[in-house]
Amino acid sequence: MSRRFTPKVVTANALLEGDVVYLTEDDRWTRHHHEAELIDDEAHATLRLLHAQSQPHLVVGPYLADAVAGANGPEPTHFREVFRTRGPSNYPHGKQAEAAR
Amino acid sequence: MYSYNDFDDAFVRARVAQFTQQVERRIDGSLTEDEFRPLRLMNGLYLQLHAYMLRVAIPYGTLDSAKMRQLAYIAERWDKGYGHFTTRQNIQYNWPKLPDVPAILNALADVGMHAIQTSGNCVRNVTADHFAGAAADEIADPRPVAELLRQWSTDHPEFQFLPRKFKIAITGSPNDRAVTKAHDIGLRMVRNDKGEPGFEVIVGGGLGRTPMIGKVVREFLPKADLLPYVEAILSVYNSFGRRDNKYKARIKITVHETGLDKIREMVEARFAEIRPQFTGVDQALLEEIEAAFAPPQFRNAPVDAYEDFYKADPVFRAWADTNLTQHRNDSYAIVTISLKAHGATPGDATAEQMRVMADLAERYGHDELRISHEQNVILPHVHKSDLPAVHAELSKVGLATANVGLISDIIACPGMDYCALATARSIPVAQQIAERFNELKLEHDIGPLKLKISGCINACGHHHVGHIGILGLDRAGVENYQITLGGDGTETAAVGERAGPGFAYDEIVPAIERLVGAYLEHREGREETFLEAYRRLGPAPFKAALYPDEAEQDAA
Ligand code: SF4
Repeated sequence: MSRRFTPKVVTANALLEGDVVYLTEDDRWTRHHHEAELIDDEAHATLRLLHAQSQPHLVVGPYLADAVAGANGPEPTHFREVFRTRGPSNYPHGKQAEAAR
Repeated sequence: MYSYNDFDDAFVRARVAQFTQQVERRIDGSLTEDEFRPLRLMNGLYLQLHAYMLRVAIPYGTLDSAKMRQLAYIAERWDKGYGHFTTRQNIQYNWPKLPDVPAILNALADVGMHAIQTSGNCVRNVTADHFAGAAADEIADPRPVAELLRQWSTDHPEFQFLPRKFKIAITGSPNDRAVTKAHDIGLRMVRNDKGEPGFEVIVGGGLGRTPMIGKVVREFLPKADLLPYVEAILSVYNSFGRRDNKYKARIKITVHETGLDKIREMVEARFAEIRPQFTGVDQALLEEIEAAFAPPQFRNAPVDAYEDFYKADPVFRAWADTNLTQHRNDSYAIVTISLKAHGATPGDATAEQMRVMADLAERYGHDELRISHEQNVILPHVHKSDLPAVHAELSKVGLATANVGLISDIIACPGMDYCALATARSIPVAQQIAERFNELKLEHDIGPLKLKISGCINACGHHHVGHIGILGLDRAGVENYQITLGGDGTETAAVGERAGPGFAYDEIVPAIERLVGAYLEHREGREETFLEAYRRLGPAPFKAALYPDEAEQDAA
């Protein structure tokens, strides 16, 4: 059997605001990590990334980021991706501000 | 200071118009990101972790109140009400939206500013001593030459696609406050035996992955030869700099691999070739620029009010002792406004703070402001009798922190709170260190200490030349902080040495506290600074403090 594939989500930045976005199963771009499609198959991941790359009018720089299944949907594993779900730590700006609203 | 002439204005406006259309075409889908990326970078627009970032050049760190107010206006109108001053004397806006960027660039052009060449493999913003034109130790104001270099390098057709980015720093003083030895080219004003001013030309310095102290390629360069000589260096680098490997593409590697003597030979040969083409137009231009930088009309007034206030008010006294520097005119002082309030983000200023600084410059400072590479703001010319008023105004907006040159006057790059290249955060580490030493009430006792933090190996936070440097890394998916010791960014420049294994995010502040404790314990007295103590003692006592468990094991 091949090496176990670490589950992924497709993430990018929105073209207009630069905000972090994630690709959902039904082909939307969401601002929330837990709404992303959690991909656990390598071939499917490649296809989803290709799909993301075909939308340069919506997003910039799509890539696959490691994630795990959580209670409310996928959760990031690396600290960089955790920060991307929140925003900077020195001001309540970015996603954390919208979440608080 | 220099004001745009019609040519400058038309050039910048044309670029804004061009970029406006490029943004439109990106948004309507006619340009792909691959096509657009180099275009936006040429105009200072990056895409960072959470948003776009616009980097605006502040040439040689010089501003007037109108420019500062416009920066405040931009922060409020199109960003989140603040800006971040960087180690390259630029300002960065962390939250612009792509469709707004053309309007921001237009607003910059309105006050003679732009974001051109703040990215890409070209000659970047020329940086200068932030005390230029005011320092008591200065031979001459280096800014006219910096402006000449700016005009010459802007859109220079030969140097738009260099192997890598190229940074020039210049100082007019023997005491190097511009870190010239850590730049691709460093220019230090000196005098020859006849007393004529010229430059010591340093080449191949740089921090980043392979830190190197620059080497002197020409000990004395007559002032009139500056442009052809710099052009000769760039042209040699353009031909021989490596383009096969991004990590070996800076001129420091070219100099290192080719050897200084060979580089010198090639530069001198090229210089001989192009020198005759410089027929004096550049010198005529320089003369005009110099006129624009004529020193202000210094006021002749008594300074007793200052002296009385100094004696009477301990808070003012503490601030005056740390944040003032000797001016060339005895009745004046250079004021450094600390953007490092304990617990604040190093280098950040709110729109309100920017306006207050602009007002103070206009009212008390001959309308001049400077940004330092240490991420503070300078009022270069304040009459001493005005200092109490300046201090009082600064206090009202959280800008009167008396910590310049002390441990909480930390340089910190944006790190992983903003930067897409980061491997760890820098800002919260800086905030916590500053807060901790403020709690301990120790920093004035500790005295001069330069602590610098970078969030990755690119070293924008200059950690290599910090007396204490901190480098944030990603070790197996966890933030980890490496300490370097003994770095120095002045005329006695040195690259700090790694102290040992790194520390976890929650261990780094206590580690710094132990390190500083070791200094206090071992120093010969208050006169011996951290750096001097380190140079005298070597790393051993500091390492013992950083790694107490190992010290015990060794002793066992
Ligand atoms: S040092 Fe690294 S993390 Fe810090 S600003 Fe530079 S590139 Fe970004």
